[in-house]
Amino acid sequence: MTQSNAARQSPSSPRPEGDLPPSLVARDLECVRDDRVLFTRLSFELRSGGILQLEGPNGSGKTSLLRILCGLRLPDAGEILWCGESTSDLAGEFHRDIAYVGHLAGIKRELTPLENLRVTIGLGRPRDGVDLEQALDEVGLYGFEDVPVRNLSAGQTRRVALARLLVARAKLWVLDEPFTALDRKGVAYVERLLERHTAEGGLIALTTHHTVNVSDTQVQILNLSEPRFRPE
Amino acid sequence: MWLWFHKLGSPRYFYDTAGKFIPWLGGLCAVLMVWGLYGGLVQAPADYQQGDSYRIIFIHVPAAALSLSVYTFMAVCGAIALIWRMKLAEVMLISAAPVGASFTFIALVTGSLWGKPMWGTWWVWDARLTSELILLFLYLGVIALYGAIEDKRNAGRAVSVLSIVGVVNIPIIKYSVEWWNTLHQGSTILKFDTPSIDPAMRTPLIVMLLAFGLYFGAVVLMRARAEVLERERNSKWVQELVQSR
Amino acid sequence: MSRAFVTLVKRDLLLAFRHRSELANPILFFILVVSLFPLGVGPEPNLLQSLAAGVIWVAALLSSLLSLDGIFRSDFEDGSLEQILMSAHPISLLVLAKVLAHWLITGLPVILVAPLLGVLMQLPADGIGVLMITLLLGTPFVSLVGAIGVGLTVGLRRAGMVLSLLVFPLYIPLLIFAAGAVDTAMTGFPIGGHLSLLAALLVGALTLAPLATAASLRISLN
Repeated sequence: MTQSNAARQSPSSPRPEGDLPPSLVARDLECVRDDRVLFTRLSFELRSGGILQLEGPNGSGKTSLLRILCGLRLPDAGEILWCGESTSDLAGEFHRDIAYVGHLAGIKRELTPLENLRVTIGLGRPRDGVDLEQALDEVGLYGFEDVPVRNLSAGQTRRVALARLLVARAKLWVLDEPFTALDRKGVAYVERLLERHTAEGGLIALTTHHTVNVSDTQVQILNLSEPRFRPE
Repeated sequence: MWLWFHKLGSPRYFYDTAGKFIPWLGGLCAVLMVWGLYGGLVQAPADYQQGDSYRIIFIHVPAAALSLSVYTFMAVCGAIALIWRMKLAEVMLISAAPVGASFTFIALVTGSLWGKPMWGTWWVWDARLTSELILLFLYLGVIALYGAIEDKRNAGRAVSVLSIVGVVNIPIIKYSVEWWNTLHQGSTILKFDTPSIDPAMRTPLIVMLLAFGLYFGAVVLMRARAEVLERERNSKWVQELVQSR
Repeated sequence: MSRAFVTLVKRDLLLAFRHRSELANPILFFILVVSLFPLGVGPEPNLLQSLAAGVIWVAALLSSLLSLDGIFRSDFEDGSLEQILMSAHPISLLVLAKVLAHWLITGLPVILVAPLLGVLMQLPADGIGVLMITLLLGTPFVSLVGAIGVGLTVGLRRAGMVLSLLVFPLYIPLLIFAAGAVDTAMTGFPIGGHLSLLAALLVGALTLAPLATAASLRISLN
């Protein structure tokens, strides 16, 4: 599934201890909502440089799974390992490495894009040399830095949320429908963004109904409606 | 011990075990209740000061005592539910809430009935009655919150937090109300000195306390069984149980 | 860590400033409720004076209910709360930042208009002074404990009624000690004991309430 990454690592050169590339492993996850088992015995392994694309019809638990990965929702069974350690033990340390763009953008409409990004930086870990204006420029919001988000279009609001990924510099991106509301140019831009992140060794878990066109990266597809994830 | 604790956490095991306990608890409760009521209402002598009206303590005192302990029980269940993620503790908590609220209500009503011949009015802002009233509000808060949240797993965890917050506050509330009561002296000149109680009155009182405790145990287990069935209605064992009936 | 705290306080103050037309509403409600009392019970100065502390405190609690829901509501609706809970910093610290901002926006104005209401209720000058001290110690408690209730109900569409049922019983000790302090001061007795009890309540809430709020927010977002 993730051969491209495995191929790059030659087996004869052991990696130095304590500097393992990041990996995300889910073991036997189960999610129950309103007495309905959305999925059970769900396991996967996502390695540095890989993309995990969740598929399935509406209500199959894609968003719930992403929220479980983020630690926002408790799994009804199973556990998640980040770099080999259970995320429930890591808590804050895990959240340092993860950036989430959810169904709700988490963007304050009364604030300008620049002010929104400043909040992201303030709540994240301290970093030097993050150029907020450049990040906004890159997502195509040049000239809109100081316009309240309330006056921007849905697509532009989405771009502000994506700019958060550029400034947060997290290893793991969790994206819920990142292509919604974007025009064709926007979609192409996001795909380039995903490519760049995986090339730098990042990990991505996302949901979308769209075929993700990324070169040089293996996209692992996990369909939640498969019978093996259903209860017996 | 730990194994037993875990086993009890399984809904099915709980359902079966509780089913065996309930008749014993209920039967013992009925025996003690008859004994206590007979002892209290017929055998015990009339009070030299209050006449027969004091006999309401055989209901009032056990209800008031239980009203407080049930809330504590709920908070303990809440802590277990949050720390060990034990679903059964949530079920016990929410099954106990309406029972505790009824005890509180009975304590309030009997207290006010007692007050009528004593104070000549249905309600006085006596420290104990006031605390009991606030306790009733705390119970109603738990019940309302559980009812308002649709996802019952989340609702169970939310009321766990709430009952722990409540139990931290109960001593503070009790203390502040007693203090408030002494500050605004006036209605509480009549104090009951319970320690100097006649043994003929004490025995039925203790019997009634036990009977109320057993009643609580039996009713909570019955409610918890029903709640477990509802929560697990899609599971195999509940389906089989329904089929076999 | 303190940077995240400051960021969040600043953000909430900026948001409040952008919505400044709504800021006055809870205060107007507070003033209105107190002004209704003389109309209801009559303008007799001695009667008003004896009711003053209780009435002003009850009105302050009622008006807090109008603003409390706003602590987390808009953050819940636009997804910012998810981002806050996913921060690498302790959630209880960030909760404290939000509560502080809420208190600056809604608690502080209550303290500032209290003298005016004290005059309306015929409270003498020393009574007004003590009233302001009790409000200074008590309104942060209201925000802190209220935040627990809001955390538990933020996922509900109509949270108002449930919220009042959850938090008002918890405010009773505060009401008793605060109103008691003002009454005691007017009869000329020392009030050190009352004030230290109020301070103890505040310290207790400062340490425990953010933890409970963080736990309840996690549950509401689950």
